[in-house]
Amino acid sequence: MHELAITKSMLDIVLEEAEKAGSKEVGKINLVIGEMTGFVADSVQFYFDFLSKGTPAEGATLSFTTVPIKARCRSCGEPFEPKELDWNCPNCGGNSLDIISGKELFVESIEVE
Amino acid sequence: MEIKVLKDILGANEQIAERNRQLLDSKSVFAVNVMASPGAGKTSLILETIKGLKGKTRIGVIEGDMSSSIDAEKVGKEGVPVIQINTGGECHLDANMIHNALGNLLLPDIELLFIENVGNLICPAEFALGENKKILISSIPEGDDKPLKYPLMFHEVDAVIINKIDLLPYVKFDTDAFAQSVKGINKKVEIFPISCTTGQGIQEWVSWLLTQMSRR
Repeated sequence: MHELAITKSMLDIVLEEAEKAGSKEVGKINLVIGEMTGFVADSVQFYFDFLSKGTPAEGATLSFTTVPIKARCRSCGEPFEPKELDWNCPNCGGNSLDIISGKELFVESIEVE
Repeated sequence: MEIKVLKDILGANEQIAERNRQLLDSKSVFAVNVMASPGAGKTSLILETIKGLKGKTRIGVIEGDMSSSIDAEKVGKEGVPVIQINTGGECHLDANMIHNALGNLLLPDIELLFIENVGNLICPAEFALGENKKILISSIPEGDDKPLKYPLMFHEVDAVIINKIDLLPYVKFDTDAFAQSVKGINKKVEIFPISCTTGQGIQEWVSWLLTQMSRR
């Protein structure tokens, strides 16, 4: 359900940028979504198709770049990608970590006519 | 033609949250965003905290639910100002809803403001409200594997309350393993095992809260 709010905000950003560029047609929207945010691309697409009707972004292709969750072990400094139910460091077995990526949620660029 | 945008999708929410933060600061209100799954004990914790802090600080509450005003009525009986927000289907509170609610509260009469979020472990983690602290209640019957299933939520909060510890004799829940996985993804987090039914642990939680309020 939270994809609705996110898609609305995303569309606002896209339309504002398109207007600034004097464009009446957005062809493609490049989005970056971190895995940790749990946003579902299909759901964003569904709401986008509905919300963008009658706007310059109607019919635009949504392109998603997913950023995996990456962490750094606080004990040995090893960077690693935590697995679904295993957040232990593969190097030293430590169970304490800092998140270094995976929380991203932004519009990277748009392609306009 | 490609136009670089590089704009945070939640940027608009963050801006409103920052305005809420400034407003709350200017009125010396300390705001706590209370998050949890449905039934974990958000309203119960707020009620117990109101009782534990009676005469020590003036409390106000914003209740967020998809519908109904059941929780607001319960809290209202304790004689504290309460505002109900019905999100009308949205699964979380956002900064704009809080902005509107703040306009309906007498902020000079409030020192500690609880914002009870919609029961959900996913979406509320994404939306800043302008709060000073975020807390999460995780209850014994939910199981000890929740930190690994909802890492963003556990990563974002300042304190985790383990509620319903009076059920430990009846439910399989490894408190040490739970605490270890929480600390694993969030080193700054405080953990408070409590029971809203027996009152166990409430005092420690309330003392921590008062310390946080005095430190800001």
